[in-house]
Amino acid sequence: MNSPVVPSAAPKGAGETPPIERVDLRREFAEVGIGEVLDQLDRELIGLKPVKTRIREIASLLLIERIRKRMNLTSEVPTLHMSFTGNPGTGKTTVALRIASILHKLGFVRRGQVVSVTRDELVGQYIGHTAPKTKEILKKAMGGVLFIDEAYYLHRPDNERDYGQEAIEILLQVMESQREDLVVILAGYGDRMDKFFASNPGFRSRIAHHIDFPDYSDDELLAIGELMLHDMNYKFSPDARKAFVRYIALRKSQPLFSNARSIRNALDRMRLRQANRLVADLDRVLSVDDIMSLEESDVLASRVFGKTNMA
Amino acid sequence: MRITQGCFSFLPDLTDEQISRQVQYCLGKGWAVNLEFTDDPHPRNNFWEMWGLPMFDLRDAAGVLMELNECRKVYGDRYIRMSAFDSSPGWESQRLSFIVNRPKDEPGFRLERHEVDGRNIRYTTKSYAVDRPEGSRYGGK
Repeated sequence: MNSPVVPSAAPKGAGETPPIERVDLRREFAEVGIGEVLDQLDRELIGLKPVKTRIREIASLLLIERIRKRMNLTSEVPTLHMSFTGNPGTGKTTVALRIASILHKLGFVRRGQVVSVTRDELVGQYIGHTAPKTKEILKKAMGGVLFIDEAYYLHRPDNERDYGQEAIEILLQVMESQREDLVVILAGYGDRMDKFFASNPGFRSRIAHHIDFPDYSDDELLAIGELMLHDMNYKFSPDARKAFVRYIALRKSQPLFSNARSIRNALDRMRLRQANRLVADLDRVLSVDDIMSLEESDVLASRVFGKTNMA
Repeated sequence: MRITQGCFSFLPDLTDEQISRQVQYCLGKGWAVNLEFTDDPHPRNNFWEMWGLPMFDLRDAAGVLMELNECRKVYGDRYIRMSAFDSSPGWESQRLSFIVNRPKDEPGFRLERHEVDGRNIRYTTKSYAVDRPEGSRYGGK
């Protein structure tokens, strides 16, 4: 074969591309496009400072790891399995979706899909049912992220014949042997996850990143509420906003408060009341502004205020 | 005698990497991938045993490879084929099928001539392997 003159600097006997010598980190960063994802994370997720810091760290590590690979500085694939702990409504699922897209952009998962499951989808009902079920989910999650919500339900300490243990064993095996094919994220409430890890030490050691989601402060909840309204093309009137600040403070002290999820539900109810208020007066001509604004009365009609008045 | 059935059978055996690229092509097309095995590879034997259910809704070939390796662990001494089914016409129809595992030793087939009605001949192909009972045909226990 007639080949063109090969530059003498090229390494011998390499059909592969030669290892690169230097990289422009900024270009690399822009090329991968994680800057965009991280910015989006900052913009769209309010609060969650420790979570964002951790994700930034992981993203940086992965970026460097990617460059190292191209420089032929081999090292083991970093363990990317994670556990998210935190109270209800602190954004665990949302962050899992973002993580998947970061990992995908960096090429650490090949497809970037998120398969979100709970105990029901992994554990079978009778002998011999669990393994195929768990494996099927694992196969669907290959190349992406497997998100196991409320993972502690997998382990039922009160019933030693529970099939959950079988699912756990299969999971552990795949988490170890197919680290480059899939990333497992376990999520759940803090104290119960601690108990779960205590009784399954195998899990704790196979998970590199334990990320704790803090509760939101009042200001953050307000900001979240306004962001949600903005996305739904609604807004608070100035009075309604003041009332909502009080609403948050009251709602937080009540039982079953689940952070952003409670806020979302409250907003949905306020939309309901607003619609009802508007429909009550059929002779009125409505402007866009009327349709968009939630008024003070829509907020104050909540039973959260009623309770304190009675007490 | 090397059995040639399905796609790629005149090529050297595909490596796992190559199998996985083929599977990824199928998944990319939205086809469901299925594994079957047999120790009776007669060309007229359409009914191979299924290894589990066909795999629907997969995104990545790693899942299929995981099953294939499981299947090889159990039936490594038999023929295993992978087939892909397309459901877009409204029914499942096969799009691609190829052998992904074959026994080390393939004794092949003999041609039997059956003389009937004077000098007429009817032909039958018979696998040497099926003289032995199922499960012990290709050096299995």
